Amino acid sequence: MERLLPVVIVLALASAYGLWYRSSRGKVKSSARAKLIALDRKTLGSELGERATLVQFSSAFCTPCRMTRTLITDVITDMPDVRHIDIDAESHLDLVRRLDIRSTPTTLFLDSSGIERGRAIGAPKRNELIEAITALKA
Amino acid sequence: MTFDNPIALTSTKNENPSSGSKVEKSYPLIDARGPRFGALITVIMLSLTLVLDSALPLLLQGIVFMIGATFGPQRTPYAFIFKRFVKPRLRGDVPTEDVRPPQFAQAVGLVFAIFALLGFASGSDPLFLIATSMALAAAFLNAAFNYCLGCEMYLLLTRAFKR
Repeated sequence: MERLLPVVIVLALASAYGLWYRSSRGKVKSSARAKLIALDRKTLGSELGERATLVQFSSAFCTPCRMTRTLITDVITDMPDVRHIDIDAESHLDLVRRLDIRSTPTTLFLDSSGIERGRAIGAPKRNELIEAITALKA
Repeated sequence: MTFDNPIALTSTKNENPSSGSKVEKSYPLIDARGPRFGALITVIMLSLTLVLDSALPLLLQGIVFMIGATFGPQRTPYAFIFKRFVKPRLRGDVPTEDVRPPQFAQAVGLVFAIFALLGFASGSDPLFLIATSMALAAAFLNAAFNYCLGCEMYLLLTRAFKR
């Protein structure tokens, strides 16, 4: 019976972590004002949107990155003032370190002046994504 | 869908012409439920390793990890069982994924399995126990929570080791 103990402990710890993982991934959180830095065309390598820009950091070993890309593209398709920039995290490590991106996909919600107002780690849900974009007024 | 077309591994296609993103290579897509089913068998094999205190299930699992990491998760014996016995019984839409994320997870599993086997061979109980537990935790998270190991680990590793 005591041989079962390691397995039980591992599965219990992994479950606790897994529940936290499931509840935290995909949530759009507003970014702390203290950390606000304006991002521009030069750092991002692409024009900003007139009203809002969604900057997605992706990597090769990431299934939800595809889903996020498809979802954002779909949601903003009739929003000409919102742009989506997809950045390969691995080839932009300086930016990744500066913005403290730790996992993929991470999506930043920038306002019209390129300031980060929100951030979602993991694939966002459709309604929360729309809500976060709507919150970014011109 | 190309499961067995090796040419697809090297072909370049622009899969996402919109939204100013970069041109991406296209990799084969596989049924995303396959690797998750494989993770369930992996949980059983690694639990047996700990409960029986035996290196045999660990060794077999290590071989499966090696096949998965080298040839892709869709080529392992577990994937064969999935395709032959499980998939025909499943209904609904087939969720697909790029082979690279689950292949990365298999490679991480292989590293843990190698350390665990080294621990067993050298008589180091803590190494055997900890490395097996890490692999078990990762496989369990994948099976139960659809955990994306590549999403969480790859960038951190790259940040730590690449300038």
